[in-house]
Amino acid sequence: MIPGQFVYHRPASIAEAVAVLAAHGDEARPLSGGHSLIPMMKLRMATPEHLVDLAGISELKGISQQGQTIVIGAMTTQADLIKSDLLASALPIIRETSLQIADPQIRTKGTIGGNVANGDPGNDMPGLMQCLGATYHLSGASGERTVAARDFYQGAYFTSLDVGEILTSISIPVPPAGHGYAYEKLKRKIGDYATAATAVILTMADGKVATCSIALTNVSSTPLFAEEAAQLCLGTSLDAATLKAAGEAAKSISDPAADGRGTAEYRREMAGVVTARALAKAASRAMKGA
Amino acid sequence: MTTVSMTVNGKTVSADVEDRTLLVSFLRETLGLTGTHVGCDTSQCGACVVHIDGRAVKSCTTLAVQAAGTAVTTIEGLSSGGELHPVQAAFRDNHGLQCGFCTPGMIMTSVDIINRHGAHLDEATVRHELEGNICRCTGYHNIVKSVLDAAGRMTTSAAAE
Ligand SMILES: Cc1cc2nc3c(=O)[nH]c(=O)nc-3n(C[C@H](O)[C@H](O)[C@H](O)COP(=O)(O)OP(=O)(O)OC[C@H]3O[C@@H](n4cnc5c(N)ncnc54)[C@H](O)[C@@H]3O)c2cc1C
Ligand code: FES
Ligand code: FES
Repeated sequence: MIPGQFVYHRPASIAEAVAVLAAHGDEARPLSGGHSLIPMMKLRMATPEHLVDLAGISELKGISQQGQTIVIGAMTTQADLIKSDLLASALPIIRETSLQIADPQIRTKGTIGGNVANGDPGNDMPGLMQCLGATYHLSGASGERTVAARDFYQGAYFTSLDVGEILTSISIPVPPAGHGYAYEKLKRKIGDYATAATAVILTMADGKVATCSIALTNVSSTPLFAEEAAQLCLGTSLDAATLKAAGEAAKSISDPAADGRGTAEYRREMAGVVTARALAKAASRAMKGA
Repeated sequence: MTTVSMTVNGKTVSADVEDRTLLVSFLRETLGLTGTHVGCDTSQCGACVVHIDGRAVKSCTTLAVQAAGTAVTTIEGLSSGGELHPVQAAFRDNHGLQCGFCTPGMIMTSVDIINRHGAHLDEATVRHELEGNICRCTGYHNIVKSVLDAAGRMTTSAAAE
């Protein structure tokens, strides 16, 4: 399969990329790693007439810490996330999640910006970014703005990005040292999108959950920030009854489609199962860290 | 059409191609380097793996224009002066292939794995690192053996230099 015809552009700066995108309106699309977009173009599920490759823009790359915030450039690849010592110590859940995405060659090309901007409910980073309370930095012809990951997703392949806008970086507040974390993903095989997956970040004090954040992947047309499930955990020792209740709360907001991964009922059930598993793993890590 | 120039197996090449040309078609059809295979054509099987600037990527999901200005290595570029590359030799010696369809991609991936992990490779790491390559014949055991054998040969010869 070969994609349809398009014109390839390779700007060297954000300003230049925004100008090329503005000139072609909704006939143009940014290209990052290409590992979601090129397959869709081969299948004619996407037929952009202009591709604006962001690979030549060095200001979109890199991971840095600014005070209590980690900033990740949009063109940072999943392989770079896995390799980063800074992330391994400050935000180990990013490495844990990245290692469950696709396979090594795809992670060498696929970027965090493309993963969160794509809008595919199967992508793993959007749910993680909601769990972490990340903020997306966007740049377009009418200037720059920020959108919280928790407000960004509106439907399958439908996000807050305006036509011609690019996501330039992501900023993430650093969770407290000694926090517990887990990204639990149920999948049929290597390289598969989640049947259901859950991200958890929590802190424990005196054996009780002090703070907790939970988000779900691929059990709705958007990632889901599971606020009620997290509330239920606060002040508990995550005993069996709490894990069950949190799993039920996660299930109650899930609305998965029936697909090759199973029936809607099965996938909703699994949202509960992976949520309970992620909470238990995060808690045991927090206890070990303490 | 765009004039695309890159280094392939150490030689500078340049050709006018449609922007939509995939790197794998550029290698196979424009340059006649048919050692790189197309299996799934959907970025899953790894038969099309080549190196761009030393890193293994799937050339069925990469545009030739994206690789402009880079150094590409294909299976044809590994051996030198009639001598098999140590990974090729290890696959032969350990029966790491049967039909051979997956082999070019397996070998290109293995070279990248050994370059990144060197002497620290263990069986579990090799199995994880080969997750993007599918083989329908061997059951993987002899492929894993080949990679570990090659890693040993390459780190011993590097130490001897
Ligand atoms: C076999 C296979 C298995 C996979 N499995 C998984 C998986 O398990 N989990 C997972 O999360 N992903 C998976 N992926 C997808 C992979 O992680 C992609 O790399 C990722 O979704 C998109 O990143 P990219 O850099 O390749 O983006 P691209 O494909 O280049 O772009 C994706 C979309 O985002 C837009 N876009 C890209 N960058 C920007 C930007 N900076 N600003 C605005 N818009 C932008 C593009 O226009 C396009 O619409 C898989 C892919 C394959 C081929
Ligand atoms: S042909 Fe490229 S991964 Fe299968
Ligand atoms: S040897 Fe036949 S597919 Fe691997």
